[in-house]
Amino acid sequence: MITVEGLGKRFGSVQVLEGIDAEFRKGMVNQVIGRSGSGKSVLAKCMVGLHKPEEGRVLYEGRSFHDMEPEEKRLIRQRIGMLFQGSALFDSLSVIENVMFPLRMFGTMPKGEMEDRAHSCLKRVSIIDKDALYPAELSGGMQKRVGIARAIAMEPQYLFCDEPNSGLDPQTSIVIDDLIKAITEETGITTVVITHDMNSVMETGEHILFIHKGRKWWEGSREELLNSDNKELNEFVFAGSLMRQVKKAMGG
Amino acid sequence: MKCGQSQPRFFRYFFGFWDPQPKAIKAKSSIGNQRLNVRNPMRCQGKRAGVRATFAPHPAHALRILFHIGQYLLLLRETFMRPERLSLYWSRTVEEMDLLGVKSLGIVALLSAFMGAVITIQTKTNMDSPLIQAWVVGFATRQSTILEFSPTVISLILAGKVGSSIAAEIGSMRVKEQIDALDIMGVNSAGYLILPKIVATMVINPFLIMISMFLGIFSGWFAGVLTGIVQSDDFLTGIQLDFKVYHVVYALIKTVVFAFLIATVSAYQGYYTRGGTREVGVSSTRAVVFSSMAILLANLILTQMLLL
Repeated sequence: MITVEGLGKRFGSVQVLEGIDAEFRKGMVNQVIGRSGSGKSVLAKCMVGLHKPEEGRVLYEGRSFHDMEPEEKRLIRQRIGMLFQGSALFDSLSVIENVMFPLRMFGTMPKGEMEDRAHSCLKRVSIIDKDALYPAELSGGMQKRVGIARAIAMEPQYLFCDEPNSGLDPQTSIVIDDLIKAITEETGITTVVITHDMNSVMETGEHILFIHKGRKWWEGSREELLNSDNKELNEFVFAGSLMRQVKKAMGG
Repeated sequence: MKCGQSQPRFFRYFFGFWDPQPKAIKAKSSIGNQRLNVRNPMRCQGKRAGVRATFAPHPAHALRILFHIGQYLLLLRETFMRPERLSLYWSRTVEEMDLLGVKSLGIVALLSAFMGAVITIQTKTNMDSPLIQAWVVGFATRQSTILEFSPTVISLILAGKVGSSIAAEIGSMRVKEQIDALDIMGVNSAGYLILPKIVATMVINPFLIMISMFLGIFSGWFAGVLTGIVQSDDFLTGIQLDFKVYHVVYALIKTVVFAFLIATVSAYQGYYTRGGTREVGVSSTRAVVFSSMAILLANLILTQMLLL
């Protein structure tokens, strides 16, 4: 479980996050939603240690991440997998080399075993036949799948996904969402998904946080989300005509 | 007119630490109407910034230089931390030797051949006197090639070729979040990306410079004999006369220091790139300019230390 306590982050004079308190539960897909520029990605980057918050702390299993020694931080990071918005695959490495990268860097297993693990990760994301290609030769959806394969290669305890559906068509989005949900359920890891895609929220969201103007505005389940009377949340959730129709069908 | 618009881009990009400071900023900043960005003083904010440009230094410029020196040293400290997996670093170092060194052989050979020939012809043209011995042309070609042309000029050329490539590669990785990905995996990104480049350039550049020395002197002899301006025997006597091995050692020491500067200054520019593709281009340009400046400064210091 990851706990965030009173998290605040400033860039110069701009307060991006303020007093965020949240718990990200184990074995379920925790989603952070909000409008563009609301501070969702900054929250994720503070949680994985890419940004240092000015206030508050992030606790991994009760231990403050930012107070850890560098070596201890490194060990925690080896238990984190992250899928980036732009996939962030290494251009100079092939698909299989990308997935094998964390294993080669930190793994102690023989090379053959590493290759087997990498292949099983690629099989898990249904992209086994593209292992010799380079990232530039893959579509956006394939790159995301390779990104997931690389993120799960080290069998992480925490999986962060920053806008996993951005730039993808609805069908590929559903494939990615299902994959994230299935991996979370199979392995019982803590998954945090940053998104503003309501389809994705409806597909996979179990524990949802709504960030508005850098603050935690609302927290609850998918069912509570649809029945909430929070004005800002409703404006965000029902901005699209599809979601408005869902609400109408529910008698709202 | 906005701040910085009165000056050509050349000043803003290359001499940002001594950039023209509009008087309006100096007047207004003291009363808080203008905010001066310490990291980039040229990006002043305010409606009435920039009326007349002067070349007065500003405390923010000094702060900015100190900031960059400090950040550069911190990056070096991170770079030289213990590698996670030595075998991976080694294979990357070999790749970098090929990319940064072996693939530069062509341009080094071409430049050295032409420059050696030109040095010979120029020397003969400018020292054509009955009082000057015939072997002087060979002697001058050897000395200028070994002492200055090969280690310094070729290093400056490599700063352009290799430096821009290092900054562009690392800068692209930064803007495409690949460095963040390395950090999140728990990899020391500075060490993994920069250390192999430093080792590769420091190992391979001395070989490039030795090849350049040989080709420079050989092409000087070839051009001299071919054009008939110098006799082969005279030239060969000149290049053997009063030869000091220390001069080659001095040139190689300079080369190793220059290689370190090219790799680290360029990597620094790339590693701290923020923004998008335009900023990668700016980092690449800055890498060439600042590593060239560092080479020239180091050349002066090393010459003073090692030759005098």
